[in-house]
Amino acid sequence: MNSPILLQPDETFILNVGPQHPATHGVLRVKMEMNGEYIVNAETVIGYIHRMHEKMGELKTYPQFLMNLSRMDYLGALGYSHGHVLLVEKASGIVVPERAEYIRAIMVELNRIASHLFWFGAFVMDLGGFSPLMYALQDREHILDMLEAVTGSRLTYCYFRFGGLYNDVDDDFITAARQFIPRMRKSMKKYHKLVTGNIIFRKRLEGIAPLSKEMCRKYGASSAVARGSGINFDVRKNEPYSVYPEFDFDVPVYHECDSLARYMVRMDEIEQSLRIVEQGLDKLPGGPIMPDKKPKLIKPPVGDYYQAVETARGSFGIRLVSDGGKNPYRLKLRSPTYSNMHLFDEACRGMMIMDALAFMGSLDLVIPEIDR
Amino acid sequence: MIYEKIKTTLSSLFPDPVPVPPEEESAGDDQEKKVKSPPPPRQDGLLEREYSVHGYHLDAQISPAQLIAAVTMLDDAEFFIESITGVDWIKDNQLEVVYDFSRYDFDLCRVVIRTRIDRQSPVVPTITSIYPGANWHERETHDFFGIKFDGHPNLIPLLLPEDADFHPLLKDFKA
Repeated sequence: MNSPILLQPDETFILNVGPQHPATHGVLRVKMEMNGEYIVNAETVIGYIHRMHEKMGELKTYPQFLMNLSRMDYLGALGYSHGHVLLVEKASGIVVPERAEYIRAIMVELNRIASHLFWFGAFVMDLGGFSPLMYALQDREHILDMLEAVTGSRLTYCYFRFGGLYNDVDDDFITAARQFIPRMRKSMKKYHKLVTGNIIFRKRLEGIAPLSKEMCRKYGASSAVARGSGINFDVRKNEPYSVYPEFDFDVPVYHECDSLARYMVRMDEIEQSLRIVEQGLDKLPGGPIMPDKKPKLIKPPVGDYYQAVETARGSFGIRLVSDGGKNPYRLKLRSPTYSNMHLFDEACRGMMIMDALAFMGSLDLVIPEIDR
Repeated sequence: MIYEKIKTTLSSLFPDPVPVPPEEESAGDDQEKKVKSPPPPRQDGLLEREYSVHGYHLDAQISPAQLIAAVTMLDDAEFFIESITGVDWIKDNQLEVVYDFSRYDFDLCRVVIRTRIDRQSPVVPTITSIYPGANWHERETHDFFGIKFDGHPNLIPLLLPEDADFHPLLKDFKA
């Protein structure tokens, strides 16, 4: 197990994990100083797919920037778009019809499930189990088909508009979503039987990579990284936005602080998202999906504005500084994995390399979202 | 309520309240002049913001020398660091560094700390000794704006190429 050993720092070598490495799931490089199997020091090098979205935010008008948000986190794209539209609506005083806001929440939650499913498959694959990925992708496929029929794309959605949505949901979508909920619940039982109870799986995760509450706070960690360390923090509950106060759902919190706790939080979140989708479908009001009155040109008044949302990967913040023009003066994107990944360097010291890779998987990284 | 608490703590940074400038008589000619001359940059001080409009509660503009003291106050009150970023106010010949803080508990309070520095010699002290998580945020701000964080342990390009000598978010940046 991960018992502390007497490290001899003079007998080290440098190991480069990445930029192209299957365990990093993207173009991420970690420069590790190793003493045998143990990590003495690690330095994460990011920026390989940095695209300067924040500059694009200044150069493009508000509607032109809508599509950029889904190119950051390609697995849970809708959550990021949600933050952006909420921010601009708040700043320019656009009122969103209730139906649109409900559909947004349903879509974001479905997207969250899809993102968690992909993470689940990839995480177990990191630990050496290949077949769960295939099952997870099969379930995810149903969500992508549903989203594709409504939004027109499978991955990089541009579905939300300022004030509402681009397209209304039809009866086919509602039927498909209703059928999906029991199917997903059945699959969750299967996953828990197949993976969660597996002795090898548990031995790889239990007690590995403990993250203290204090460390999470100092680095600004969110999502399952914070909730796996006993911090009851979910932006949907702590700072309610959209129609989330209307839904009855729980925030899973585990106090073990290890990699298994982070795994359990995400697995439980799938069930909570299903509950939100279910209630959203029940409560879905009629009416328009775009407001009647909407400014032709989006020009938020001078000032600065902040909006945080809970995406699949954690607390995504977006800060807008407006000078009253048709382009933002400054648009800051605070991505959650950036903060979650940052604590890796400190947390993995003294860990065995295979434990560190399991730990990295439990952080749920999407590299384009770190690099922006 | 943490809001009242942190408001009292932060206002101790500003012993002299900013004198409110007397309202000028609004004659027609004066108003035209006002439109032409840009508003002066904001003075240091603590402002309360309407949360439903701006998305945060407290907005403190401080001098760079007060930064460590202000961030220590927030650390003692168990705030977590959300992000650090910059804004280029080229018309005022100033750069602004913006620090966002928030809380994990249900006592919602978002605090923004901002400090303005000269555009030609932008230096602020680092807060990595208080919040280790500020490390990447400060490196990123250095990448994008060229702001130097005095005392930062490793101020090398993070997102930009390792030999980058340009700062793309400055308003006078030409690709």
